Amino acid sequence: MPQPLSERAVRLLLLASVFAIATCGLVYELIAGTLASYLLGDSVTQFSTVIGVYLFAMGIGSWLSKYAERNLLGTFIQVEFLIGLIGGASAALLFTLFGLVDSFRVVLYALVLLVGTLVGIEIPLLLRILKDRIVFKDLVSQVFTFDYIGALLASLLFPLVLVPHLGLVRSSFLFGILNTLVGLVSLWLLRDQIPWARGHQSVGLATLALLAAGFIQSDQILAWSESAQYPDKVIHTRSSAYQRIVITRGQDDLRLYLNGNLQFSRRDEYRYHEALVHPGLSRVPERRRVLVLGGGDGLAVREILKYPDVEEITLVDLDPEITELFTRQDLLAALNGNALRNPKVKIVNADAFTWLKSQTATFDFVVADFPDPSNFSVGKLYTTAFYRELRRVLSPAGAVAIQSTSPYVARQSFWCVVNTLEAVGWIAAPYHVYVPSFGEWGFVLASPGPLPGPPKLPAPLRYLTPETMNALFDFPPDMNAVPTGVNQLNNQVLVRLFEQEWKHFVH
Amino acid sequence: MNTTRRQFLASAAAGSLLLPSCVRRAGKPVPGSLVGPSAETGHRLRVGQFPPPAREEKHAVVIVGGGVAGLAAARKLQQLGCGDFLLLELEPEPGGNSRSGENSVSPYPWGAHYVTLPGEDATEVLELYEELGLITGKNADGLPVYEESALVADPSERLFLNGRWQEDLLPTSGATGLDRGEFERFHTLITHFKAARGNDGARAFTIPVDRSSTDPRFTALDQITARQWLHSENLHSERLHWYLDYVCRDDFGGTIDQVSAWAAVHYFASRNGRAANADPDVVLTWPNGNGWLIGQLREPVAAKIRTRHLAWSVAPNSEGKVQIDAFDFESNQSVRFQANTAIVCTPWFVTRKIVQPLSRNPDFPLEYGPWVSANLTLRELPAGAGFGPAWDNVFYNSRSLGYVVATHQSLAQPKGPTVITWYAALCDGPAAAEREKAAARSHAQWCEIILEDLRRVHPEIDALVRNIDVCVWGHGMIRPVPGVLCHPGRKQMAQPAGAIHFAHSDLSGFSVFEEAYTRGVQAAKAAAHPLAPFSA
Ligand SMILES: Cc1cc2nc3c(=O)[nH]c(=O)nc-3n(C[C@H](O)[C@H](O)[C@H](O)COP(=O)(O)OP(=O)(O)OC[C@H]3O[C@@H](n4cnc5c(N)ncnc54)[C@H](O)[C@@H]3O)c2cc1C
Repeated sequence: MPQPLSERAVRLLLLASVFAIATCGLVYELIAGTLASYLLGDSVTQFSTVIGVYLFAMGIGSWLSKYAERNLLGTFIQVEFLIGLIGGASAALLFTLFGLVDSFRVVLYALVLLVGTLVGIEIPLLLRILKDRIVFKDLVSQVFTFDYIGALLASLLFPLVLVPHLGLVRSSFLFGILNTLVGLVSLWLLRDQIPWARGHQSVGLATLALLAAGFIQSDQILAWSESAQYPDKVIHTRSSAYQRIVITRGQDDLRLYLNGNLQFSRRDEYRYHEALVHPGLSRVPERRRVLVLGGGDGLAVREILKYPDVEEITLVDLDPEITELFTRQDLLAALNGNALRNPKVKIVNADAFTWLKSQTATFDFVVADFPDPSNFSVGKLYTTAFYRELRRVLSPAGAVAIQSTSPYVARQSFWCVVNTLEAVGWIAAPYHVYVPSFGEWGFVLASPGPLPGPPKLPAPLRYLTPETMNALFDFPPDMNAVPTGVNQLNNQVLVRLFEQEWKHFVH
Repeated sequence: MNTTRRQFLASAAAGSLLLPSCVRRAGKPVPGSLVGPSAETGHRLRVGQFPPPAREEKHAVVIVGGGVAGLAAARKLQQLGCGDFLLLELEPEPGGNSRSGENSVSPYPWGAHYVTLPGEDATEVLELYEELGLITGKNADGLPVYEESALVADPSERLFLNGRWQEDLLPTSGATGLDRGEFERFHTLITHFKAARGNDGARAFTIPVDRSSTDPRFTALDQITARQWLHSENLHSERLHWYLDYVCRDDFGGTIDQVSAWAAVHYFASRNGRAANADPDVVLTWPNGNGWLIGQLREPVAAKIRTRHLAWSVAPNSEGKVQIDAFDFESNQSVRFQANTAIVCTPWFVTRKIVQPLSRNPDFPLEYGPWVSANLTLRELPAGAGFGPAWDNVFYNSRSLGYVVATHQSLAQPKGPTVITWYAALCDGPAAAEREKAAARSHAQWCEIILEDLRRVHPEIDALVRNIDVCVWGHGMIRPVPGVLCHPGRKQMAQPAGAIHFAHSDLSGFSVFEEAYTRGVQAAKAAAHPLAPFSA
């Protein structure tokens, strides 16, 4: 058994722990403040409320410290372990819970309150532990000196080293580990003065192990907190230059999400893609050259390939990661029937608008399958300027089919697309289809001149027949035409309508 | 469904948010350089030691200065069929205050970055926009239809106020009822001035400025400052005062206490242009700002431009024509040009040094406000709380004018890096002192000033910056202090002196594209007139 350390050494080590504690304490506060401003925006408000609550909680902790009567050392060590665990996991916790709970602020402030209270207990306890070892005036002066220096260190380390090099989640675990180590070292030094030292030791070691695992697994924790957002099992995630691609798999389902938005579900995507392609393409008399804008999943291409007279399909999708994925990944390529490997298909990874502007060739049919106009950048692909460009590359007897959000949820947005097309001289025929995983979904078939009927559908389709197809063009009163503005680059009427209409459906 | 959160988490998992990233460490110098009109040249003009001309050339017309006015004159001469002319420009590139640049991320402006919709009185400008295809036709009511991609894309403006971004620049978010009442009254006053005509039948406020009414009912406003006018109208709201101060700094390079009330009202009331496909207050802009217009003006006359030529003397010769002496930085020689007529398109502080004899130093102060602009290349566009990024992004109560986003007009989906142009009119002290201070600052000092300003609204800016190029405009803009715009002497400055014609926005007393362009065209018509029976 090692000899007990000299009183002097014990004193020094306890003061060193003041230093470590102060650093950790401030780091937790900074982490909470930073996360709150990241997640909730408005950094000034977030920082000042987090700091305020934290300091107040420290006051509560200081006050509570008087209730620790016996076994001060044991209590101190337990508090260290607790702070280590909660403070250390705080960033991971906040980040994960942000996606899961409704009132994130409650969780945030509860956590800040808890950590603050525990941190508030530390210094008064230490003062009392040390009071018999050091003369009072020296004690106060030394403890607070170390406390403030620790705070300085933390505030420098945080922006210069921790955030840039470790990230928030790892930094938080790292300081949790440091806190726990303070507890463990104190325990080891003073084990003969602490009842149940062995028990404390096991708790400390377990905490340490948990935090170390968290530190090592930070990336996985982030990934897991993401996958918790999806109903099914996430089987693929990837970040391209443009978007976050997530593929999930459930019971005979396969889903693609881009930036968290569902793009299709295998169960019913055929309804969407049959409706997107056939009402238009089946009525275009000469259909040799077809253009698909967006739709890198190849599902629209699959439908287009059902027409043997189509000679060439150009698929323009911004994101090479998507077209690669749907060309090479077996499960996904099976879904589009290997459409993207068909020799008739030419894949171009480019921005649709700029690519279109550079085109001189013409097409007989165009599919515009862009994401919903939920931001001003995507909104540009639904403007008069864009539809004029489309018109330029379309042969006179051709047609375009445009996905145009839900006429049920976003009725004005849907009719805004129709009105915008009409404003630049297109003949627009709006229609809609019920896709269970999306709800009522809308499209616009637009052409420079009247389209010849009747359609000749390729056989066999799973949803569309000549009869069901006619019904698509009927709009019941709750989805029927409404007057709207015309969407232009300089007014983005559509994005503003879309935001209003969908905001009732999302938080 | 919880789209926004899921989206947020997706972007967080995808991006830099919570994971370590390569961050420029604070304190490390930002790459970039100081650019701008060469200070050396101004110095040479002051010292005035140039070698005597080594050779001589003859041309029908010589244009001095290749800013908007000079290029407009050149293009007009070409259109009029007067092909034998030359344009002398001292910088390596023409463009003057409307120059632009480009890097691997985007083209960007250095100075002028937008124009407003021209009103009916701006006939020359309307004609130009038709020729350039900016006006593509007229609607049934005769209103011009503008090329959509040149209209500023929505959203155009946002303001950082109380820790959040709001849409538009008028500080309405959190405004009191009192503020709103004053905004309302201000608006009513402006509406009244917009419609007003003087006793001479002319619009009270219009562009070109010389087509405005001279009715003293309105010109009286030129005797007081913009702030004095607000107070005289019983408008005291701090927010309204900030707003007008911002407008004065942005458009005239001077504060609400420096700029005349007539100028401030003119800014709002002269905007009488309308469009078939846009709101009247919309502007035209391009990724490289008015550099796009420069490119268009320059293209047909590019072969006639001699850059790096500093004209140091413009004087009548013995035949009643003009002789222009210029120093060619390339050959390090002076060249003498003999011309039937000359069009001098340099700023007045240069003109009065090089044109001899010039007996028209006006008896009012000619004050030039210094400016600084900076192009920052960023890893990505910072967003911030509240309303999302717009073309023009302004910070309440900052001394800067905020920034415009060069990639905003791009039709492509955004992909990471962008360029923003940050502006400030240096008007806190006397112009000369500000000019000196600005010239003395190093690149690193400017970067710190700029980043300091941006950190207030984008705390993460240091991590996003890749490069900052800074441009100091010592004589950025002539300042319409009280007494300048409505002074009869100002109009006399523009009168030709024999065969020497003048064109520059300074002659208008404030600096905008329309003024420079119109003067260039008018001078070209006048200068070409005696040469041939052109229809002018
Ligand atoms: C920072 C800034 C922002 C601005 N923003 C806008 C805006 O958004 N919209 C707007 O309409 N206006 C803006 N302006 C005003 C701008 O000045 C005018 O739009 C326009 O560019 C003025 O053109 P100009 O031909 O009158 O003069 P200048 O641009 O001054 O042109 C004079 C030219 O003469 C050359 N020169 C000078 N001396 C000599 C010499 N001795 N020999 C040969 N050449 C010489 C110069 O190099 C220059 O090219 C801005 C100005 C600044 C400084």
